[in-house]
Amino acid sequence: MRQRLFSGFPAIFLLFALLLAVSAASAQDLKSFEKRITVNVLPNGLTLVICERHDAPVFSYTTFIDAGDVNDPTGESGLAHMFEHLAFKGTSQIGTTNYPAETVALQKVEEANDAYEAEYLKPVGRSEQKLAELHEAFLAAQAEAEKYVIPNQFTEVAEANGAHDLNAATGLDDTQYFWSMPENRLDLWAWMESSRLSDVVPREFYKERDVVMEERRMRVDSNPIGRLEEQFFATAYVAHNYGRSDIGWPSEVGQINATEAMAFHKKFYVGGNIVIAIVGDVDPETALPVLEKYFSRVPGGPRPEDMTTVEPQQFAEKSLVIREQTQPVFLEGYHRPSYRDPDDAVYDAISDILSNGRVSRLYRSLVEEQQIAAEAIGESPVPGERYPSLFMFGAIPLPGHTPAEMRDAIHKEIEKLKASDVTDAELEMFKTRTRADLLRGLDDNQGLANSLAEYQTRYGDWRQLFLQLDAVNKVTKADIRRVANKVFVASNRTSAEIDTEPPAPAAKSDGGAQ
Amino acid sequence: MNQHAFCLGSRFLLVAALLSALVFPSGSTAQQAKPWEHIPIPQLHAFHPQQPKRIELKNGIVIFLQEDHELPFIYGSVLIHGGSRDEDPAKAGLLGLYSQAWRTSGTASMDGDAMDDLLEAKAAHIETDGDEDSTALSWDSLKGDADQVFSLAMNLLFHPKFSAEKLELAQQQEATSIVRRNDDEDGIAGRESAKLVYGVNSPYTRQPELATIATVTISDLQAWHDRTLKGQLIVGIYGDFDPEAMEAKVRAAFEGLPPVTAAPPRHDEFAGPKPGVYFIDKEDVNQSNVQIVALGIDRHNPDVPTLDVMNEILGGGFGSRLFLKVRTQLGLAYEVGGGFSLPYDHPGSFHVVALTKSVSTVDATKAAEAEIAGLNTKPFTQAELERAKDDIVNSFLFDYDTKDKILDESEKLEFYGYPPDYLETYHAALEKVTLADLTAAAKKYIHPEKLAVLVVGNGPEIKPPLDALGMGAPQAIDITIPQPAGPPPAAGAALQ
Repeated sequence: MRQRLFSGFPAIFLLFALLLAVSAASAQDLKSFEKRITVNVLPNGLTLVICERHDAPVFSYTTFIDAGDVNDPTGESGLAHMFEHLAFKGTSQIGTTNYPAETVALQKVEEANDAYEAEYLKPVGRSEQKLAELHEAFLAAQAEAEKYVIPNQFTEVAEANGAHDLNAATGLDDTQYFWSMPENRLDLWAWMESSRLSDVVPREFYKERDVVMEERRMRVDSNPIGRLEEQFFATAYVAHNYGRSDIGWPSEVGQINATEAMAFHKKFYVGGNIVIAIVGDVDPETALPVLEKYFSRVPGGPRPEDMTTVEPQQFAEKSLVIREQTQPVFLEGYHRPSYRDPDDAVYDAISDILSNGRVSRLYRSLVEEQQIAAEAIGESPVPGERYPSLFMFGAIPLPGHTPAEMRDAIHKEIEKLKASDVTDAELEMFKTRTRADLLRGLDDNQGLANSLAEYQTRYGDWRQLFLQLDAVNKVTKADIRRVANKVFVASNRTSAEIDTEPPAPAAKSDGGAQ
Repeated sequence: MNQHAFCLGSRFLLVAALLSALVFPSGSTAQQAKPWEHIPIPQLHAFHPQQPKRIELKNGIVIFLQEDHELPFIYGSVLIHGGSRDEDPAKAGLLGLYSQAWRTSGTASMDGDAMDDLLEAKAAHIETDGDEDSTALSWDSLKGDADQVFSLAMNLLFHPKFSAEKLELAQQQEATSIVRRNDDEDGIAGRESAKLVYGVNSPYTRQPELATIATVTISDLQAWHDRTLKGQLIVGIYGDFDPEAMEAKVRAAFEGLPPVTAAPPRHDEFAGPKPGVYFIDKEDVNQSNVQIVALGIDRHNPDVPTLDVMNEILGGGFGSRLFLKVRTQLGLAYEVGGGFSLPYDHPGSFHVVALTKSVSTVDATKAAEAEIAGLNTKPFTQAELERAKDDIVNSFLFDYDTKDKILDESEKLEFYGYPPDYLETYHAALEKVTLADLTAAAKKYIHPEKLAVLVVGNGPEIKPPLDALGMGAPQAIDITIPQPAGPPPAAGAALQ
């Protein structure tokens, strides 16, 4: 559910790697972390969380923007992600040979694009010849602006200074920028990061839009699971932006312009909407004055108003079927509240008991006993957590088995959960594993930076990363039955499946290159 | 050991190299001010990476102990020689079945399901895994459960009891991935391009089929286990333990084994791809997956440091020629990159990938080919050389910044028989790479006329057609999934 600037290695063949459970938590040693963590809020509202770990002369950071594709304006789906790509294009000082001249040239690109789009969108009377001329004019303006560009200079400076695992990721809920670096580059990093947050230039925007369109083709259009998920969420939601393609509908992301991207930046990239967490070999006493100096350049301003749309209660069961030649898959989802709901940990418990590992109920039932599925899951929250989301079930049938069998088997497990209590052992296992997973996650600088930034943003206090364990410990068997009975009902359900069709009988060219 | 297709290899850096005060900017382009060059870069804090303790037993088994007391966990693993490349081709897929069924079957005294229940209640794990050249048993737990988990793991290592039921389960899951393998464009492109490089039935590319996995029995699994366990084992322990007690415990478990038998040397030889254009039609995609491949070299070759630098210049990250041209300047791809894979003990491949919309298939392929050919015609610049070295050298630290990464590196060198100071030597060689070295290596290893191009894409949408590449008529590759001879199982019939 998350686009990245730069793709990593391909995931393994099944989809569910995408849907990592938000690992709940523990409180191993909140006190030891309190000694090592410093939080500072700058006058512009930007929050800095610094966690000292002096094991090796390196640090990792995460810049967490509390805005993602859920915040894309109507008609501009994919904008937050598009802006994230822009944030690697440099500033008025990095990536340009002559900024004043480049600014003028970029303005002309924008005007040329507006003129082209106005003609393109004419409902009647569009002139193809004029459109072609306007396109030529646009390409000429673009070429003119490119004369001033030093391509990829921002990332080049970062990489030459040892930036490691440099990337960014945009989800529906948020946008994150991150890398790791040798500790002696902290000042340089602070200068670079604050520069791109405060002084971004919409350079090479339209080429980068083409790149994002290719990303869409890779993740969604040319991937059966990508297609299925996009349709699934679009069906499950009628009002809220969680139903909208996160990478953007082709006609919308394909027509986003630089002016819109800059407006998004102005609205959402304000101090009050940004948390930066730094974990590693950093001394807050000496670092803070430097960080303050640089990050004070980020514009202040209040957090943007939250959206008013709330997904209305579902009252009609929905289902969709994709008939194509790919192998069958089954998904279904039930609406559940956001992460702020008091039952949040109960959903984690249900997910753990149903689908965490070979001991889980879905594995034991569908994979081991009935031998109808290769994999089965029950996870939440998807596709985001900030707003009311879905609890999603899914299964990959073994050869010869059908989505309908997956559905029936999953429903049986759901009914069991509603009709009788989980065992003491299951509940205890959930709590033990949650504690251990939290601890395990603490040993990685980058992972910890992500978590601290996220919890500081979502709860206003990073300590919640540890304190959430209290809620986990309080989950009871009765809670699980109550929540299952409330949420897992037919009228709250949306299902999606791929039904395999045989190849079309018509003879088809196999050369592709006649 | 895991080998990524585009792994640029491990990077080593003496700490001193990081102390270099300023980075060299790459720009020969006019630019008035470069404020970042005025930001001071102080000396890096002193760093003494903690090496694991290496113990070699009389029987040849090697143990590494790496203490880390930050968190209360203990992790362990046993690495075993022999992987899918060593399978009987008639039983292709055995390795995958073995590495799953070994763990899920369990032992005579505790079956796999009971082991799951016991371990998960403690948030502990014992898992088995396998890949191209090795299998591994690994475990982890909270410190307090470590003794019990260790003895369970040793029981699984020395006394597994393979179960027909769990083998069948593994076969079903493998069959699922076989019948689904043509749904994934990227998967098709990866495996079929590897076949062009190594040949269809090579140890590195033959694939499990419904027929081959069906022939595997539990006695095959037991035989594989017994055979590979006689080889050299590498034991690694990491985490919060008392070193003396742990050493005594691991010694006691492994000391009594007979002397290990060394793995026979490999003689992998490959002809490389037959030049030309290959095509696989996939009607449900709107993006072509373009793979440009040739045969490469293995890591013993003294030119490897130079090729590592060349990889960085050609396709390693944001500053590379491929990224700059195909992605940034042409906007033709989101994913583009590649270079020489430099595996430790067999010839690697040269592999460039670009994913582009159907109509720009020919343009993107030509642009990528031009960058490859350009390695011989477009002179390497001092700025490129410095940038590439800075990228590699300054991020080297991240191969060594945690104690578990250091342990992994030690195990890897031990496994492939490289000297313990390999990385220091390698790093020193990398620092010495010159422009002349790059030019000579390009001449020696980059042969545009020997490249094969594979396109997986939507035939009717690809315009201009692939003939426009000027590499001859595209040759179709048949990827139909073979059905086993004889009547198919009733349940599976409908799907094909």
